[in-house]
Amino acid sequence: MGTLNSNIPKGPLSDKWTQHKSNINLVSPANKRLIDVIVVGTGLAGASASATLAELGYNVKTFCFQDSPRRAHSIAAQGGINAAKNYQGDGDSTYRLFYDTIKGGDYRSREANVHRLAEVSANIIDQCVAQGVPFARDYGGLLDNRSFGGVLVSRTFYAKGQTGQQLLLGAYSAMNRQIGRGKIKMYNRHEMMDLVLVDGKARGIIARNLVTGKLERHGAHAVVIASGGYGNVFFLSTNAMGSNVSASWKIHKKGAHFANPCFTQIHPTCIPVSGDHQSKLTLMSESLRNDGRIWVPKKIEDAKAIREGRLKPTELAEEDRDYYLERRYPAFGNLVPRDVASRAAKERCDAGFGVNKTGEAVYLDFAAAIVRYGKEEAHVKGLDENDAQLVKKLGQEIVRSKYGNLFQMYEKIVDQNPYETPMMIYPAVHYTMGGVWVDYNLMTSIPGCYAIGEANFSDHGANRLGASALMQGLADGYFVLPYTIGDYLADDIRTGTIATDTPEFDTAEKEVQDRLEAFINNDGKNSVDYYHKKLGKIMWNKCGMSRNEKDLKEAMTEIKELREDFYKNVKVPGGLDEFNEQLAKAGRVADFLELGELFAKDALERNESCGGHFREESQTPEGEALRDDENFTFVSAWEYNVEPAKAKLHKEALNYEEIEVKTRSYK
Amino acid sequence: MNLTLKVWRQANTTTRGSFETYPIADVSPDMSFLEMMDVLNEELIQKGIDPIAFDHDCREGICGMCSMFINGEAHGPDRLVTTCQLHMRKFKDGDTITIEPFRAKAFPVVKDLAVDRSAFDRVQHAGGFISVNTSGNTQDANAITIEKHDADRAFDAATCIGCGACVATCKNASAMLFVSAKVSQYALLPQGKVEATDRVLNMVKQMDEEGFGNCTNTGACEVECPKGISLENIARMNREYLTASIKG
Repeated sequence: MGTLNSNIPKGPLSDKWTQHKSNINLVSPANKRLIDVIVVGTGLAGASASATLAELGYNVKTFCFQDSPRRAHSIAAQGGINAAKNYQGDGDSTYRLFYDTIKGGDYRSREANVHRLAEVSANIIDQCVAQGVPFARDYGGLLDNRSFGGVLVSRTFYAKGQTGQQLLLGAYSAMNRQIGRGKIKMYNRHEMMDLVLVDGKARGIIARNLVTGKLERHGAHAVVIASGGYGNVFFLSTNAMGSNVSASWKIHKKGAHFANPCFTQIHPTCIPVSGDHQSKLTLMSESLRNDGRIWVPKKIEDAKAIREGRLKPTELAEEDRDYYLERRYPAFGNLVPRDVASRAAKERCDAGFGVNKTGEAVYLDFAAAIVRYGKEEAHVKGLDENDAQLVKKLGQEIVRSKYGNLFQMYEKIVDQNPYETPMMIYPAVHYTMGGVWVDYNLMTSIPGCYAIGEANFSDHGANRLGASALMQGLADGYFVLPYTIGDYLADDIRTGTIATDTPEFDTAEKEVQDRLEAFINNDGKNSVDYYHKKLGKIMWNKCGMSRNEKDLKEAMTEIKELREDFYKNVKVPGGLDEFNEQLAKAGRVADFLELGELFAKDALERNESCGGHFREESQTPEGEALRDDENFTFVSAWEYNVEPAKAKLHKEALNYEEIEVKTRSYK
Repeated sequence: MNLTLKVWRQANTTTRGSFETYPIADVSPDMSFLEMMDVLNEELIQKGIDPIAFDHDCREGICGMCSMFINGEAHGPDRLVTTCQLHMRKFKDGDTITIEPFRAKAFPVVKDLAVDRSAFDRVQHAGGFISVNTSGNTQDANAITIEKHDADRAFDAATCIGCGACVATCKNASAMLFVSAKVSQYALLPQGKVEATDRVLNMVKQMDEEGFGNCTNTGACEVECPKGISLENIARMNREYLTASIKG
């Protein structure tokens, strides 16, 4: 089985990537035509990798479970994408982006990978503009920037609140060009069911056509997993309904180590849960924290009155409000990193200051920003800056132009007008920093099997900064994987087409078939969602924003019991050979039920607080996260061993050559 | 709320479909329409009835996967929302709600309320791109200045989510709003000018081959579009097409 060599090139940090590119093996254009690559997933990472691999000349087969590659959940990313362009002249640089990302990740990410990410970030913006991605511009026609959490510069490029959509459609357009040329064969409504290994190498997949239910065999010289994160293990998250861990989990079961599963991002600004029927949560972009101020009432009786509907937030005087982020973290204020903002919201709500019916919400208030923008606009237009009505109207127009779609989304869901009354928000599961372990070349511990984008673990450590996910997805897909994969494929130029009529494919297909039949033939009583919701409750209550030994141990036991019950009592209606969403979902939930246990085990083993992982046993007297660098400066890479509880831990030590490891402070 | 749902059931593309009626009780006004469908499906599963198939994914109005023709309107009675953002507070206790798939020759039914919109993808394959390799070796992003007004209009066109509401709404099942949104995005940007002629000709040709109808300017598509894509885009595409035809 695989070893844990991160293959980080030698040499000074800032030269590693350049030198590595010069030294690795290449495949000639003529030979690329003889090589097939499978890509699973069409988000930013998968779509950009597919397009680039096809442009380079490889034969690409790309799979997505949705009805079109354009649906992948990268499309829902709102706020922006970071790049060290320093267009604002505010002192930004590759180094500063690198430094911010390492610090933001609470010193649990790999220096070399993060530096490479910062290096290629500027190319992403150039590339996207060339593709016609309509980023926001100022009146001089140049690109505009905004600021995101955990940084002191404005390096975030954006397209209103739909940056992910515009970037994904850019990558989708690059794919479309290659699909039109026949270099990418696109398989919509197909799900990867398993990885096929031949002589220990990834040589193909078993896929299921979700419309006909038929299983298919696809051979290739390399397999790239770009299937995103596993936030849906919590049932309620900001992920899409179909987002799942299955492709990552299937390769894990075939030998790919799974790294840092407990590193999960709980995003501070989401629309609170409204009832038991809730199927998913909706994010309100972090960009709103540029202009919105977060607060709860200062007095507990005011909070109670608000919860009972006796008091309106707008009636509360300024001195009766507690802008707790500005109070606790004066340097970064409302723009502290996500993990810090989320825990602070939970702390206030747990103390009884929550502002909605369930007591699990805080305010995000734009009143001050509306006045500030309104006065500016009145000044520019030579109007009366002291006319409150006029200022409010002008200010609202500016806020609408910046965040219009987010405000509209909020109003449709909550039925309140956020221009007039503050938004209510609460933290929710949003992103998973953990994922499949990869080396510097983004190869997993299975030769020929790669993981890119959110599916891998490599760049964000224990906490991801806002607007960095889009950056990483496109960096991996456009600029990293297409080069590094050549180093491996250079040995495959004489291999020839991978045959699929072999015993390895026979066995893999039979296993998938048996698994599916077992679901259909199981005469159970509970629906798939019944189990998914139960799993989500365990995860949220015991492996959520704050974790302790007792809860985590209980979670492991409960998840194991739930999994056993699932296999006995799950009811999957319909047949095998048809469009059967419940059957597809059953397979995904089965994998979540295994991952969940490993997640809890990982959180239990990591007895320190870092980034999004907060262990109650490890905190400062003020309640801030307390890292234990002496004992935990490593990546936990788990090797599959049938039972998640028995998974084998491999440690990849994290060495910081360039950066001095410090206590993260945003005060 | 208690409601009666009349839902189109169709086993697959080739079989005939029909309406089935299902009562549903205790619907909360805070539920989204799809959450109401989840509750119904849970009940159907318990009763041993095949749950209703419908497309959905992000449930925040951006992926474009959800569809449904609700009471005769694509994405239902609310404006500027997709079905996943439609909330039950838009309905009243006792209402009967008719739910159909998006209907168009180019969108065959896959099952129940799910349809095949791959025709949209094929139109994009024909020209919905700028031919620039993803090497990263392009010019600096700020080397091209774009007038804010044009950049904003290009963005507005680019916000199309490809859901197909325009096609389902149009009496001719025309895809002009969808296709023109892409053509406009690139037509408004200097980067898109180089291939403008081929792009519009190829995309329109593919659109016709897929079996979409023509535009007769009723404007229904713009009204039902969850993203408010403007009819101006169709006018712009017609101008682009005319220019390209003369040149080409």
